[in-house]
Amino acid sequence: MIKLGVPSKGRLMEKTFDWFATRDIRLSRTGSDREYAGAVTGIDGVSLVLLSAGEIPRELAAGRIHLGVTGTDLVQDKLPLWEQQVEPLEEMGFGEADLIVAVPQAWVDVDTLDDLDAAAAAFRDTHGFRLRIATKYHRLVREFLRDAGVADYAIVDSQGATEGTVANETAEAIADITSSGETLRANHLKVLSDGLILRSQATLWRSRVADVADEDRAAMTEVLARLG
Amino acid sequence: MITREGRAKAAKLRDRFEAAGAQVVEPPMLQSAELLLDLYGEDIRARAYVTSDALRGEQMLRPDFTVPVVQMHMAHGADPARYTYAGEVFRRQEEDPDRASEFLQVGFEVFDRTDPAAADAEVFALMAEAVAGLNLRAATGDIGILTAAVNGLRTSEARRAALLRHIWRPRRFRALLDRFAGRAPVPASRTALLANPQPRLGAAPLIGVRTEAEIEARISALHADAAAKPISAAEMELLDTLMGVRETVPFALSQLRDLTVDMPSISGAVEGLAARADALVARGVDVDTLDFEASYGRTSMEYYDGFVFGFYAAGRADLPAVVSGGRYDALTRRLGKGAEIPAVGAVLRPGLLAELEAGA
Repeated sequence: MIKLGVPSKGRLMEKTFDWFATRDIRLSRTGSDREYAGAVTGIDGVSLVLLSAGEIPRELAAGRIHLGVTGTDLVQDKLPLWEQQVEPLEEMGFGEADLIVAVPQAWVDVDTLDDLDAAAAAFRDTHGFRLRIATKYHRLVREFLRDAGVADYAIVDSQGATEGTVANETAEAIADITSSGETLRANHLKVLSDGLILRSQATLWRSRVADVADEDRAAMTEVLARLG
Repeated sequence: MITREGRAKAAKLRDRFEAAGAQVVEPPMLQSAELLLDLYGEDIRARAYVTSDALRGEQMLRPDFTVPVVQMHMAHGADPARYTYAGEVFRRQEEDPDRASEFLQVGFEVFDRTDPAAADAEVFALMAEAVAGLNLRAATGDIGILTAAVNGLRTSEARRAALLRHIWRPRRFRALLDRFAGRAPVPASRTALLANPQPRLGAAPLIGVRTEAEIEARISALHADAAAKPISAAEMELLDTLMGVRETVPFALSQLRDLTVDMPSISGAVEGLAARADALVARGVDVDTLDFEASYGRTSMEYYDGFVFGFYAAGRADLPAVVSGGRYDALTRRLGKGAEIPAVGAVLRPGLLAELEAGA
């Protein structure tokens, strides 16, 4: 069987189901609302695996699923050398979000990464610790800031409600996903003018490492043909 | 992969360094993550394995020996002192799966205030002897010369400090330099900020730890910076000439001495290089064929602040440096809680050495 990994919850799951339905591949959850089991109709030889979106990159890289739907952000943050492990097949046109660096709106003196670096140096001198940036995208943020030459910062882990960390005084700045920017504004934060780390959207990926058995080749060919 | 041959080689080299007057030390494999993060910043997380327990908090598998050896010396070392060690270091490899994430290092470190040039030469010569016969290419440099040049720039103290802070990030250093020389455009947002007499009027409520006073201080600093005269074209040219020096030691020295006529601030550092060259000759090193690059060592982790050097396998660009070392006086200051001592050291990789010897 060709295993297709799909986010197990919410809007991302529903949109994914709709996207495949327009390609005559019907995905559905079976059993009760709480049971993570799924069915595939309209195509033979494909099975549905419902997973948390954050685990799909890892499962693709391990070769335990052949195809998977998840965001560019998660693939690039979780998989080093991701191009060697997974191949993007289709951008799906939903789940669009930007990974950005944001600081308090009241910091009128900080608009660019260059400003952030200078503010970080002064902050460390004044407070004796590095300027803290809350995020769950540790690798992407670190690489981005290193390329930009920003020093004297520290990443603090934040797995949720990241926009609140500045007001709560557990971080001075954040790096997070935003789609409309409303949550940022509501929390008195602004995006740096050159603070776009990554444009992300839901994408269908193929694992470069998962073995496709001989009897499954026809099914894989058929899936790929339906995408185009 | 660590091999038996590599381990045997490591033991032999450590014996050799012990015979050269060093005391054998065994720094712990687990290091305080807090200290390493404070020294190196967030980049260390991309290079070191982090682990933790409930009692000690975050720990790192040692990414090198220098920091624990300096710490140990500053806490209760003799003065002067020489140390040697051999053991595993651990490096995360996220970009190149062919690079080892666990390998052996053998090192030799000198803490001695009497004659820094002689100590530099001692460490270099010892390493050169250890790898003799393998046809390695030696590269040398001196971060102290560039530092002296920046300190001598006719510009504001704040600009000099900003440049010094980024000596180890050549791209960022260049971007700052271009801006201070008026060669890069000022971002529109900054021009607008500086033109606004009351930039904080109507701004959103202030949240977080950074205070109003800090924001005001930075705005004042930006006004002062905007009023500062650009670094002159003549000074920029001198700095570019300096950073472009790439010659054998005698020719490099004569080029640098020529530069001191217009850049008197580097003359002390250049005479330091001359003294080191003499000390190297006294140790039997052929400096006439030894390469010197003024920009060498600027992309390493930021603790070398004077002499820097490395040995590389010719024709094996796939291999990292077999030997790398340098002077790190500032690190002893950072870890010394008020005390400091001139220090220089180097590490070599016995695994690579064994591999090259087997192939030779």
